[in-house]
Amino acid sequence: MSGQDNTALLEVRDLKKFFPVRGGLLQRVVTQVRAVDGVSFKIDKGHTLGLVGESGCGKSTLGRAILRLHEPTSGQILVDGQDIVGLQRSQLGVHRRRMQIIFQDPFASLSPRRTVAQIIREPLDVHGIGTSKERERRVIELLADVGMGAEIRDRYPHEFSGGQRQRIGIARALALDPEFIVADEPVSALDVSVQSQVLNLIAELKKKRGIAFLFISHDLAVIQHVSDEIGVMYLGQIVEHATVGDLYSEPKHPYTQALMSAIPVPDPTAKRARIVLEGDVPSPMNPPDGCLFHTRCPQTQDRCSTTVPAMVNVGSETNPHRVACHLQD
Amino acid sequence: MADNKETPLLSVQNLIIEFATENGVVRATDNISFDIFPNETVGIVGESGCGKTVTGLSILGLIPSPPGRIVGGSIKFMGRELVGLAENEMRKIRGCRISMIFQEPMTALNPVFTVGNQMTDVLMRHHGLTRRQARDSAIEMLAKVGIPAPAKRIDEYPHQLSGGMRQRVMIAMALSCDPKLLIADEPTTALDVTTQAQVLEQISKLQAEFHMAVVLITHDLGVVAETCRRAIVMYCGRIVENTSIEHLFTNPRHPYAKGLLDSIPQIRSRRLEELPIIPGRVPDLLHLPPGCRFAARCPRADELCNEQIPTLSPAGTHADRVACHHPYAAEPAGPAS
Repeated sequence: MSGQDNTALLEVRDLKKFFPVRGGLLQRVVTQVRAVDGVSFKIDKGHTLGLVGESGCGKSTLGRAILRLHEPTSGQILVDGQDIVGLQRSQLGVHRRRMQIIFQDPFASLSPRRTVAQIIREPLDVHGIGTSKERERRVIELLADVGMGAEIRDRYPHEFSGGQRQRIGIARALALDPEFIVADEPVSALDVSVQSQVLNLIAELKKKRGIAFLFISHDLAVIQHVSDEIGVMYLGQIVEHATVGDLYSEPKHPYTQALMSAIPVPDPTAKRARIVLEGDVPSPMNPPDGCLFHTRCPQTQDRCSTTVPAMVNVGSETNPHRVACHLQD
Repeated sequence: MADNKETPLLSVQNLIIEFATENGVVRATDNISFDIFPNETVGIVGESGCGKTVTGLSILGLIPSPPGRIVGGSIKFMGRELVGLAENEMRKIRGCRISMIFQEPMTALNPVFTVGNQMTDVLMRHHGLTRRQARDSAIEMLAKVGIPAPAKRIDEYPHQLSGGMRQRVMIAMALSCDPKLLIADEPTTALDVTTQAQVLEQISKLQAEFHMAVVLITHDLGVVAETCRRAIVMYCGRIVENTSIEHLFTNPRHPYAKGLLDSIPQIRSRRLEELPIIPGRVPDLLHLPPGCRFAARCPRADELCNEQIPTLSPAGTHADRVACHHPYAAEPAGPAS
């Protein structure tokens, strides 16, 4: 979590992103999907926050809202202390150079009509960095950084496997020497044997270049390897936030506990009590009153359906472990 | 558990399936042989393109042709040859004696009909029930797979249901004719972990209740460990290992199986500096090496591996089988089998 220094590289304060739902004859806004509903966190230089949650919990929307690929509904996004919500496109350019994104689907995120070199140098072209020669040289450096040879630069994305394409996507994200990268499920489309290769690459980049990551994943096992801290999201809100060590050894929120117990363990002799949650995630159009999780929580109490639990720190001052659950009061 | 003397429910022998592509003929499965015994749950595991889905589809006679073609081999179900069976005969078996559930329940269900419509069709066709009887029977099935308020849900359309609910509806449909064999192709891959846990539990429960064999096709070894008795590991269209779950996870013999096990992301008590990987990547099916297909990525490969394709041995039915020139040693001490 944030150190003594108050200006984190990135600080998000009470960020909200609602999507209007239109209906009826006049296509009026009838309701709203509360995709991200009041999220706050900090990411320090070179640190990685893992964001975990199930589909529809708002984790991807949050990642995109931070880069202003979605316009936030309200809240603040502070980059080195400066709020970038409300900045004009022209003013945003400087910040965009420092913040990049790696997408989930390496098949959809690379243009099929461009060569590898064109894809990787595009950010340099857009931001007008270097001469043509310098850009060419940079492309080769970047390919080497992600473990690929210069000989592939004139080939097209369809000639590559998923893992190789993801490396090309990472090279593109690195082109502008960003300080912060949103990695949105970067390995979930890949096969197991390739997944670990890409995770190792990301871990190495983090170490060598000191890049901070917001690493979004639905997989607690994947996210453990790359994160310093983890935020668990449910229905648009962070319900638990702790360091990797604390979260995995002592998950406090019943949702985090259920999420962990639901992961199939590759060991047929493993005996453990699985918490099987009843029912489905409620609709973010019509979230339940009180604690968002009370409709599925195995430990729900009376007050859970009426009162929203506050986020409390159950850790120490220097090593906070924050959780929003009445059981922690 | 089936013992050695029992006759297999399903016996696949030397199955070869080819697909014609723009760039040439691709062999999706190359001489695969395996048996499935009554009441057992077997996992077919492998990464994308290894031929696991094609294998599942071929059992139901669902290989799209063209471009696909069964070039050789046999698929026997309860003693009856399915390869080359006339389509009208196949229809009596498909969806009735052998059922299948798919990865994406949204595309497998018809969006313009209600759940009830789709379910009663199957029952009326195979069991000759009246519409009313079929409806009652469908409601009963929906209740069995754990759908709350089934009498109400039956009149809803697929888009009104969540992913987990849709998969349950698929399962209810697949089981409505009391099949002897259920083929489940990545049934939980599109679902969230908490929903996956619900659905897997449901499948295991129903497997016992309906006395059927289940072939679970998946890329997830964690899912296999929790639900299957036996696993068939595929790589590039060939079976590399066919073994009991205990042996696969404690003593994998094929280097690919071992590599796959090591590289599964799992929650560890201490974070590793670097995750174990399998170097390189899966070869292109159009340009397969002459020898073992895993040789280029294998830590144990030598000259022999580059020249000669290893065959699955021994050729017993229920014994552990591995296709490797230099397998890891089998540990003699194991659970009494």
